[in-house]
Amino acid sequence: MVNRSLEVLVGFFICLGIAAIFVLTFRVASLDSVGSGGDTYQVSGQFENIGGLKQGSAVTIAGVRIGRVSQIVIDPYTFKAAVHMTIDGQYDNLPEDSSASILTAGLLGEQYIGLTPGGMQDPLVDGSELMLTQSALVLENLIGQFLSNMASNQE
Amino acid sequence: MRRLVATVAAVFAGIGRAQFFLINVLAALPAALARPRILAQQLHSVGVMSLIIVVLSGSFVGMVLALQGFRTLVRFGAEESLGVFVALVIVRELGPVVTALLVAGRAGSALAAEIGLMKATDQLSAMEMMATDPLKRVIAPRFLAMLISMPLLAAIFSVMAIGIAGGHAVGVSLLGIDDGSYWSQIRASVNAQDIVDSMIKSTLFGFSVAWIAMYQGYHAAPTSEGVSRATTSTVVLSSLVILALDFVLTAFMFR
Repeated sequence: MVNRSLEVLVGFFICLGIAAIFVLTFRVASLDSVGSGGDTYQVSGQFENIGGLKQGSAVTIAGVRIGRVSQIVIDPYTFKAAVHMTIDGQYDNLPEDSSASILTAGLLGEQYIGLTPGGMQDPLVDGSELMLTQSALVLENLIGQFLSNMASNQE
Repeated sequence: MRRLVATVAAVFAGIGRAQFFLINVLAALPAALARPRILAQQLHSVGVMSLIIVVLSGSFVGMVLALQGFRTLVRFGAEESLGVFVALVIVRELGPVVTALLVAGRAGSALAAEIGLMKATDQLSAMEMMATDPLKRVIAPRFLAMLISMPLLAAIFSVMAIGIAGGHAVGVSLLGIDDGSYWSQIRASVNAQDIVDSMIKSTLFGFSVAWIAMYQGYHAAPTSEGVSRATTSTVVLSSLVILALDFVLTAFMFR
């Protein structure tokens, strides 16, 4: 025989569990990766080296996130990394000659794309390609350059 | 040589029998929904009774993670990332896995012993005599209760560990990390997919624990030794299966 307190306890347990799932989804998880299906547009850019950039990394202007990296593929002709970015529709007035560089957040932070607005009148539209790109800073190359400079100075 | 063949054959036979058992149980699951009172009873014994151990373990695991993470992160001056560390570890791995291990130890063993004892005291055959299918009356509600309880318990574990008691208490109150940056860092790096994957994981763990416990109990030798062996092998097998399954699922989910 199921008594009343048992029913109450089971009901309490189920509600607690569902509440926990809600807390996890709304308090812990960022939902902007899910709910950004509406008003966005795509731009792309080619980079020599993307370093640790990943799908889902942020695209920022002046440090403010305006979009995310949606896809990274290798361009079949240039063999560069073609990075496709989804930009929020409310930022539809970015100049066409804006430049993109791959930056790192802090010492251990992950890499993201920083856009620097240019000066042209025409804005970026869906499918535009960013012409000016700056690759990720690869520490090994930097050290290599430094060492070869030192060697040539000594001669 | 002959003994080896016999052992291998016995292992295969066991696996095969477990498959047939599973198919029969799955076929009986709808019958469990038609008996909501038994289901509620089982939810009580599987879910509610495991609540305290899950809540307490969640809090302590969160606290330990926060302490350990703080020690390492402070060396890099990245102690603000403590929340991310705790949240990712808990949501992706420890939440589902530790909950499943706890539930296997607490509820799985109890189920196996209960069903084994029912068998040893001929209650199951008595039911069959009265034209009640023990799969529908005994096994299916317990199976379903385990399946429902596991993701709920895992979510409660995660919330306790990340937020209310564990990581937050130690990180924010004890170690003095800013409350706002604790949460905003977590939100920046945990996405909804992680939560969904975590729920899928714990449901599958619940499925395997229920399957193992029911099978071990249902096919236990009807002696006191048989029941104790069923209980032991439920815990051992469930733990191994949970950890192995976790590896496979992680390899698929978090590429």
